Amino acid sequence: MSKTDVNSDSIYWTEVISPKRSLLHIGFKEVWQYRDLIGIFVRRDIVSSYKQTILGPIWLFLGPVFTTFIYIFVFNNIASISTDNIPAPLFYLAGITIWNYFQSCLGGTSSTFTANAAIFGKVYFPRLVSPIATVISNLYRFLIQLALFLCCWMYYAFSEMVQPNIYLLLMPVILILMGIMALGLGIIISSLTTKYRDLSFFISFGVTLLMYATPVIYPVSAIPEAYKKFVLYNPVSPLIEAFRYGFTGSGTFSWNGMLYSTVFSVSALIIGVILFNRIEKNFADTV
Amino acid sequence: MNKQKVVIEFQGVSKRYRLGNVGSESLKEDVGKLWNKLRGKKDHQTEFEVELNDRTTSAKSNYVWSLKDINLQINKGDVIGIIGKNGAGKSTLLKLLSKVTSPTKGTIKIQGRIASLLEVGTGFHPELTGRENIYLNGAILGMRKAEINRKLNDIIAFAGVERYIDTPVKRYSSGMYVRLAFAVAAHLESDILIIDEVLAVGDAEFQKKCIGKMKDVSLNEGRTVLFVSHNMDAIARLCNKCIYLKNGQLIAEGNTDKILQSYITAETNTHSSIVYAESDSPGNELVRLKSARIVNADLMEKVNMVIDETIGIQMVFEVLKNTSDLLCGFNLYNHQDVHILSSHDTSNIGFEYTPGVYESTIWIPSNFLSEGMHYCGLAAMSYTPFHVHYHAVGAIGFNVTDKSDGQTVRGSYGGTFPGVVRPQLTWNKIEKIEQHNEQSVRVDR
Repeated sequence: MSKTDVNSDSIYWTEVISPKRSLLHIGFKEVWQYRDLIGIFVRRDIVSSYKQTILGPIWLFLGPVFTTFIYIFVFNNIASISTDNIPAPLFYLAGITIWNYFQSCLGGTSSTFTANAAIFGKVYFPRLVSPIATVISNLYRFLIQLALFLCCWMYYAFSEMVQPNIYLLLMPVILILMGIMALGLGIIISSLTTKYRDLSFFISFGVTLLMYATPVIYPVSAIPEAYKKFVLYNPVSPLIEAFRYGFTGSGTFSWNGMLYSTVFSVSALIIGVILFNRIEKNFADTV
Repeated sequence: MNKQKVVIEFQGVSKRYRLGNVGSESLKEDVGKLWNKLRGKKDHQTEFEVELNDRTTSAKSNYVWSLKDINLQINKGDVIGIIGKNGAGKSTLLKLLSKVTSPTKGTIKIQGRIASLLEVGTGFHPELTGRENIYLNGAILGMRKAEINRKLNDIIAFAGVERYIDTPVKRYSSGMYVRLAFAVAAHLESDILIIDEVLAVGDAEFQKKCIGKMKDVSLNEGRTVLFVSHNMDAIARLCNKCIYLKNGQLIAEGNTDKILQSYITAETNTHSSIVYAESDSPGNELVRLKSARIVNADLMEKVNMVIDETIGIQMVFEVLKNTSDLLCGFNLYNHQDVHILSSHDTSNIGFEYTPGVYESTIWIPSNFLSEGMHYCGLAAMSYTPFHVHYHAVGAIGFNVTDKSDGQTVRGSYGGTFPGVVRPQLTWNKIEKIEQHNEQSVRVDR
């Protein structure tokens, strides 16, 4: 091919595969082209998880209910940890519901490459489709669990044991931020574990430990002053506190905290996407 | 070069793989590489220590070129067969094309949408029903939902699994599973179709369907097909061009017949000719075999014969004494060691041999043998008393390939065709010998 038709050349070819690709070539357009696949993955995740069960999606309710009972027994009755004047069932249920969302998103996205190695090794589609679908299907599960929480919450709200306030309207923002954070962190972890799996062992118990560094089973107000800042460094903490504050009116809420979480989530997502983008081209050789 | 017609172009494409385990050893390397990079040193590994991928020799380096400097152009509408032994780089080539992994060096340019069937049923979820999996698999392969909706009925009909379509695929037999998976892939609208050995599965009826679809795709729709197989027969029938890979290098490309010649000679240890040294030539003090070769009607030596070619076997032997009780014999075996035929040169019985070198040629008619490798047994014998002076089995051989252009016995059928021979037999014109009147038909029912 002569040098003169370089221009027509780039129009002629629909695809050029080369070893390196620019750092910021993210291919959102391609992800958009595959939006149907995201939908179908979400459907697959939801439909397949409760096949051959009698109770089906009811299991989504039973998990949080049992966990709440255990938490009330262990942390409230035995350990006598304060619940910030919020009725204990509501306090724990709120924490569990929102934390479960974060945990299952992170758990799902952080194993994107290893869990999908079989598919990714055989056929190409924008790999980001997979973690995005994970976050969306977990959002769906969250919404079902939220319904349970709302029933519980309405009972207490009508008996005026909790006072919801205007920050309740922040809930969609909180959900989106949590999704973004879990997606960002998840794909970073996933990208770092394609070659050396060591990190994934750390993650498996790290997430459980992280829960104890997050105000899920205790309110921020109950933390000794000396340790408070450590808990607030945790970018999930402001979101969980804000969620509880909006519904119940007690707890702490700060715009600074929200800003911190936002900046953290967005940075994690950007770093994650860039890293993911670099890894996805050759991960099939090392995974 | 007609630029309009090139749909795939490889420019200096290489792919490097690391051998061995990932562990502390590879971490040491990675750290070393990073250290070199930081000091601005050249990365030695990539330049010098990469070996060609010959799996039989032990490696000195941890890195191999699974593909090395591939330059290649593929034209629209071609059906390209990719042949080579295990580890020749066939699958790597397809993986690069389908973007599963990316090349270490070089670029690949593609014009049009690629559908790749590296493995059928990718992403099938065992718990989902057949119908749900059609959507899932279709979307993974790049179809939009609307496109799948449009083709759903065709896909189900092609797979022939109507009864099971709302049953989870984990209840499917493995054959049904593959049928459904292939059906989805076959209905993907693409300009370039990549197929890797998937035709080896399914029953005969389904194989027939698949091969028919493949031919349809290339002939009628003008799409380009890349077909990877170990099966030379299938490649010969279906592909007009071939790419021959060995140890990651492109050995030859061109029309199928030509490429198969060099492939067979290099890879199957079958030779179309042999010349014996004085010391190890078969025979005794009366007669010795000197050389032999396989030729076509034009006396051109060939190892790959198309089914409609006449095949000649030329034998050169030396007679050491005067005799009139000597004749040549010939045995033919196929790749399954079936003894297909035996022939004695009875037309030259009583020939008066005097010491000297003689040549004898036996002709196998065209449209007689079946596809596949054939091995020759070359003999010389006396009748009174019966004695075999030599019988050299397997020294030379040849391959037969069939066509599916309708001119041979198989007609236009592209699948596996049975039988150790494939002669063109005569079929009489059908004659109606009894007329049933409508009355009696009705009574029969």
